[in-house]
Amino acid sequence: MDLNLSDEQKLLRESAERFVTESYDADHRRKMANDPLGFSPVVWKQFAELGWLALPIAEEFGGLGGGAVEIGILMEAFGRGLVSEPYVATVVLGAALIDRCGSTAQKRARLPKIADGSLKLALAHSERAARFDLARVTTIANKTAQGWRLAGSKIAVLDGHAADEMIVSAHIHDHRGPSRRIGLFVVPARTPSLAIADYPRLGGGRACNIALSDLHLPEDALLGDGDGALPAIEWAVDRAMAALGAEAVGIMQTLLETTLEYTKIRKQFGRPLSANQVIRHRLADMAMQVDEARSMALRAALKVDAAPVERARAASGAKAKIGKCARFVGEQSIQLHGGMGVTEELEVGAYFKRLIAFDTLFGGSAHHYRRHAMLGRRQVDGLVDD
Amino acid sequence: MDLSFNAEERAFQDEVRGFIAKNLSDEMKRATALTPSVFSDPDIGMAWQRALHRQGWGAPGWPVEHGGPDWTPAQRWIFETECARAGVPNVNVMGVKMVGPVIIGFGSDAQKNFYLPRILSGEDYWCQGYSEPGSGSDLSSLKTRAVRDGDDYIINGTKIWTTHAHHANRMFALVRTSDGPRQQDGISFILIDMKTPGITTRPILTIGGDHEVNQVFFDDVRVAVANRVGEEGKGWTYGKYLLEFERGSGIASAKLREGLKAIAELAESDLTGRAIDSPDIAMRISEVEVDIDALEMTELRVLSALQTGQNPGAVSSILKLRNSEIRQAVTRLGADVIGHDALAVEPMRPLYKLNHTPATPEDMLTVVPEYLNGRAYTIFGGTSEIQRDIIAKMMLGI
Repeated sequence: MDLNLSDEQKLLRESAERFVTESYDADHRRKMANDPLGFSPVVWKQFAELGWLALPIAEEFGGLGGGAVEIGILMEAFGRGLVSEPYVATVVLGAALIDRCGSTAQKRARLPKIADGSLKLALAHSERAARFDLARVTTIANKTAQGWRLAGSKIAVLDGHAADEMIVSAHIHDHRGPSRRIGLFVVPARTPSLAIADYPRLGGGRACNIALSDLHLPEDALLGDGDGALPAIEWAVDRAMAALGAEAVGIMQTLLETTLEYTKIRKQFGRPLSANQVIRHRLADMAMQVDEARSMALRAALKVDAAPVERARAASGAKAKIGKCARFVGEQSIQLHGGMGVTEELEVGAYFKRLIAFDTLFGGSAHHYRRHAMLGRRQVDGLVDD
Repeated sequence: MDLSFNAEERAFQDEVRGFIAKNLSDEMKRATALTPSVFSDPDIGMAWQRALHRQGWGAPGWPVEHGGPDWTPAQRWIFETECARAGVPNVNVMGVKMVGPVIIGFGSDAQKNFYLPRILSGEDYWCQGYSEPGSGSDLSSLKTRAVRDGDDYIINGTKIWTTHAHHANRMFALVRTSDGPRQQDGISFILIDMKTPGITTRPILTIGGDHEVNQVFFDDVRVAVANRVGEEGKGWTYGKYLLEFERGSGIASAKLREGLKAIAELAESDLTGRAIDSPDIAMRISEVEVDIDALEMTELRVLSALQTGQNPGAVSSILKLRNSEIRQAVTRLGADVIGHDALAVEPMRPLYKLNHTPATPEDMLTVVPEYLNGRAYTIFGGTSEIQRDIIAKMMLGI
């Protein structure tokens, strides 16, 4: 049992924090907010040079073989600067699904390119009717003589506009007719039968909704043999939630520090706001919730490779708890900044919006407390099947 | 980073489990489960203390030269966790965890030689004389006075919320020996024999129906100056040192988890009409479980820092505050889970020695008293409001 950072992890934290402080200032964030791409290809190249894109990829595919704790260290620093590069979409979700589901040839074709920055991916899984239920998919992949024909639509594809390829989930229909199997298909993003409607995402970055109509794909567009895609999606989303939880901790830490400074400087009734006990106690509660969130993000990261139910409960517990803390810390940061907190003139609002996006992505606190409870019951009743 | 224990630590875990299996009787276990107050009655708690002492585990936090077992922080974690899982009785923490460390840190050799072995063996039972009717959160305003008379002090005044004063043969107390410019000055730390003439004890019943705390009166009580710990007038420093131990012993999550487990089992049983089938109950159980997970991780982070000699700092206030709040959440949930049975009052104590069959099933008997008595968790050892003051000052610098 040891939760201290190793020397390598400390170095990673220092270099990530230094990068964010030096290269990711308020001006850069404002520029990115108005940029049609929403992030900087120059920064992406720097990520590649720093080895961050290679971080979780296995060494045999040009990666560094890092784990979820290292990803968390990086993400927490990203949160402090509201980094908007498509790191989660490409590295945390994309690379993980290719690695888990892909054939050796599929991995060889993509993982080294992700590591060197020349390939960006996005996961197109959520559908409007499914809400946050990962098992509900209505997009269909029909087996054809040449390969596959996909039809359906997906929403909230994280950073889909920037992707070279999308990983699309669909129900497999073959010569035996509709099956209950879900497969993952690699779709080139620039294809006429793929319509992309992209939009700026709350709190930075972009997302898109897509429509696939009669989209023809070759045989090898299916990742692996098409088995086990749903457990793989749940696994990858749990990893993404752990990573995003660490990012939320970084965001909250920055909000706490900014708000603390403001209450020391802002004077009313002839004294600083922080001289009031009601303000001091609020800040103490905020500090406590940031600390609880930090514990939960770390816990989820340390359990990403645990047995499925334990992993999923840790991820959902973290998502639910960090979401709750994020709402509190975010809303109170605005409250304690008074009228200025509600304006675009301060960055408090931008950080707050990223926290709301975090709480919404993959389902909010209520959804994840429910999932946590349901998985707990299955454990108690001995109905665990995965 | 690693959450799992190494081979040595797992071997130690087996040793602790073996010890508990051999020494924890069914009677002790049942009595502990049926104790709705914070502390076990001495007949139960001290039997366990004697068993621990026989094993050399009587005082886990003490240095080895005074009889501590020389455990690493990880071993302490394992020990506390296994004890919580098994449901062992509370020992006399006022002795082992409070006055013991103060005597070790600041006491004379004579005091160490006399008192420490008696704490370890369970021969002495201690209570804490800190709060007074006029001095709660503002503890250093205390007025109980010790006036020098030759080689003695003569003590007059009163202490309140004195847990188990009616069982204790000794008290450690903060008393005023002089009036300095600051009210923290002039306080001394004194060890008192409870059988000294002039001491009377008045029971105070708490809202759960338990007699756990008391008010203690001192009328011209004569105590030898040799019973003062450390320097005269420096008692506040020693007292604060002790409070940090009281708040930051830092291993509470395992007990909370067992408490929640008991409530979850009730919710899954027919006794409550399977309360867990109601989605709001199931979700609230998850919510509390996740809060316990967070507290446990924070405890483990502190433990990791301690293992490498780092100082965890003001985080002990966070641990105290969250532990007390989560404990209240568990008991509140319990009272909701048992439904109509929350209306039944069983006034007899102790609950493990009832001579009649109670109206409610035994598993539910402690639920409401625990909820009621549990309101004290955010009050004793420094209220939640005081803890927030400390966090703001120590962590945030405001």
